[in-house]
Amino acid sequence: MTGYVLRRLGAAVLVLWAAFTVSFAVLYLLPSDPVSIILDAANPGGTVDPEQVAELSARYGFDRPPLEQYLVMLGRAVTGDLGVSVTSGAPVSELLADAFPQTLALTSFALGLALLFGGAIAAASSWSRSTRLRGALLSLPPLGVSMPTFWIGLLLLQAFSFRLPIFPAVGNQGFPSLVLPALTLAIPLSAVIAQVLARSMRTAWDAPYVETALAKGASRGRVQWRHVTRNAALPALTLLGIAVGNLLAGAVVVETVFSRAGFGGLVEKAVRTQDIPVVQGVVVVGALVFVVVNLVVDLAYPALDPRIARTPATA
Amino acid sequence: MSASTAPVLQVRDLVVEYEVHRSSSERVQAVRGVSFDVHAGEVVALVGESGSGKSTTAHAVVGLLPGGGRVVGGSVRLHDGELVGLGAKAWQQVRGARIGLVPQDPGIALNPVTRIGDQVAEVLRIHGRVRRAAAAQQAVEILRSVGLSDPEARARQYPHELSGGMRQRVLIGIALALEPALVIADEPTSALDVTVQRRVLDLLDDVTSRTGSAVLFITHDLAVAADRADRVVVMKDGEIVEQGLTAQVLGSPSHPYTKTLLAAAPQLTVRERVAPAPVPAGETPLLDVLSVSKTFRLPGHAGRTVQAVDDVSFSITRGAAFGLVGESGSGKSTVARLVLQLTAPDTGSVLLDGAPVADAAGRAVLRRRSQLVHQNPFASLDPRFTVAKIIDEPLRSHRVGNRARRRERVVELLDQVALGASYADRRPGELSGGQRQRVAIARALALEPDLLVLDEPTSALDVSVQAQILALLDRLRRERGLTYLFISHDLAVVRQVVDRVGVMHDGRLVEVGPTEDVFDDPQDPYTAELVGAIPGRRADLADLADLTPDALLERSTR
Repeated sequence: MTGYVLRRLGAAVLVLWAAFTVSFAVLYLLPSDPVSIILDAANPGGTVDPEQVAELSARYGFDRPPLEQYLVMLGRAVTGDLGVSVTSGAPVSELLADAFPQTLALTSFALGLALLFGGAIAAASSWSRSTRLRGALLSLPPLGVSMPTFWIGLLLLQAFSFRLPIFPAVGNQGFPSLVLPALTLAIPLSAVIAQVLARSMRTAWDAPYVETALAKGASRGRVQWRHVTRNAALPALTLLGIAVGNLLAGAVVVETVFSRAGFGGLVEKAVRTQDIPVVQGVVVVGALVFVVVNLVVDLAYPALDPRIARTPATA
Repeated sequence: MSASTAPVLQVRDLVVEYEVHRSSSERVQAVRGVSFDVHAGEVVALVGESGSGKSTTAHAVVGLLPGGGRVVGGSVRLHDGELVGLGAKAWQQVRGARIGLVPQDPGIALNPVTRIGDQVAEVLRIHGRVRRAAAAQQAVEILRSVGLSDPEARARQYPHELSGGMRQRVLIGIALALEPALVIADEPTSALDVTVQRRVLDLLDDVTSRTGSAVLFITHDLAVAADRADRVVVMKDGEIVEQGLTAQVLGSPSHPYTKTLLAAAPQLTVRERVAPAPVPAGETPLLDVLSVSKTFRLPGHAGRTVQAVDDVSFSITRGAAFGLVGESGSGKSTVARLVLQLTAPDTGSVLLDGAPVADAAGRAVLRRRSQLVHQNPFASLDPRFTVAKIIDEPLRSHRVGNRARRRERVVELLDQVALGASYADRRPGELSGGQRQRVAIARALALEPDLLVLDEPTSALDVSVQAQILALLDRLRRERGLTYLFISHDLAVVRQVVDRVGVMHDGRLVEVGPTEDVFDDPQDPYTAELVGAIPGRRADLADLADLTPDALLERSTR
């Protein structure tokens, strides 16, 4: 078990390092001139002063060999220093720390909703013996998957903000402002969860151990809860680890649609103004979230399925 | 078992239908008007081949027909209560408490993510007899009563940590926990090794006689039925063709189908074998296996290894059939892989016609002169290929002849396996299991090999089909002078087809000799145990056939 945890931790660190390295390569090393980009970003359309270029190159270390630049930046990143924003001059880590809680609240609320909806649809469809109800329930996920996120957002705004003024349309003011964006994010994800979970629950219902349980006199509800759900959870759990990445990407769009402050706003602005240190900071934090979630998923496997990472009995 | 006592289970004119397809209203009758009784303390065997409706009948009795199946006529009475048409709640009180089910495959019949003890305790908890702590305690007692050592530790383990035989003991414990009036055992040991099968069936006998339960025993294995049942019900195509006391039905069958089944059952018949062609003295054997060993590393365990094959040597003379028998994990399949160079041995060597096969040249000769017939004809044929293309494939890959010549060869091969040219354009999906195995044999014969390695070639087939395939193999060997390495867990089958036999146990070859000697006078204690566990020995049916009905009755009431 210790070996399993250590291997997973090692893999997590490796992924973080790879994300940092690739983003460094793409942003700083590809054939372009970061200094002129920065200058242009700080002063759009202005003339380029060679002295200023030299001064900036020295400040950001662009006059050093690439390997040295990389090692210095990696060393700073490990201690939490991700550089300063080119446009505002504020430390990147501060900008991220300001935006992160908003996005965390949004995505975790959306994740909870998605699990609730997706799980309920899957459980109801696999538990039900009525083919009609099952068919109706199972036609929901394809619908949810095929609707674009921004469109769901606009639809929800139209219905619950403008027609029926229940929730605010924009802003970050407390819980009510969280509901519509979270719903927007949750609907496509819950559809995917429902699809995967419903399928693995159907498979589990056909498994011989379900017949054994029914032959004990267990009710369908008991079988669903005690035997089917836990066995079916594993494929959905794998999916969840991947889905969190999409959730972050979706949050960027949704925060823009609902004009919320957060990662979305930060990324959007950083990309527009070509604020390279901020973009890299966002990439690294995104990778960190992804890695942490997948680490949690990996560590949850052995708890759910004893066949993983348990030493088999010897004869 | 006198006629005056009411039967525990009374099935009358039972009809079960299945939907052919979800969307269509077309239905097929899987069980058509079946009637039989099971009395207290009695074991009734429901025998038949796949598709006979025996399993459907059993599932209808316990109300667990798979989706799309339903009882459309007749009655199933448990004591005095009608079970057909019972509501979900009422069924929950019957299952587990009044009818216990011992399922078919212990490998997958336990929930993989729940502890053994909890799974046993569940049946006690469902029927509300005990509190949680008491249920856990009682579960341990149940595990002890089905002969598991250290039941406290077993209760905390998960299914994958137990062997197949241990899991089937757990399932028997669950089925009998509440001492049900009726136990349905659905092929309870067909997934188990023969020595384990015997111990598990002994346990089932033991426990049911303790609880006095009536037993409905579903099996395809007539020998097992002969050993264990008081009465036998023979089913074919959803109908009962014959039923009566075991000795009567199996000793002097009246229906032609029962006779066919009996004639095909390898354990219950002694078939004449042709003597092998005499081997001229001094000729090199076709196959020489010289002290091969193979060790595998256990995945996930640094440095832990398992010795799959340990210093195994044997040789097969040209035209002979050599049987390699053993239980699962004995290493017999690894030996087959070593012979065919699908795996390289750690030490030792394999000679074909006196020449080593390990180098590239030797392997090229080996690939052409030896062929493998797989166990499962449902998986070994590409479903998208036609039969002609399947048989043609080895010819194409060895660049034999032109297109027209190869087509002729395919027709010739189909003829040899008694299928006929009309099968050439069919696909595996349109063929039965026996027909598929014939195609697999035709494919193996395409390159006119000297050596056929047959890895459990009939274990996926029904007995009557198995008998046909064994007869075909026997004929091919005589006509074409083939040499066989026949690998099987089924000693009765091996006994029919081979001249010499080797017995494997834990990777070692514990005994080798002429078939008759090994079976009639085993020298090694493990061989003796294996031979003793072959079902069909208890009932000496040849004797029984001569007995009077009165004497028969006496013998069958234990």
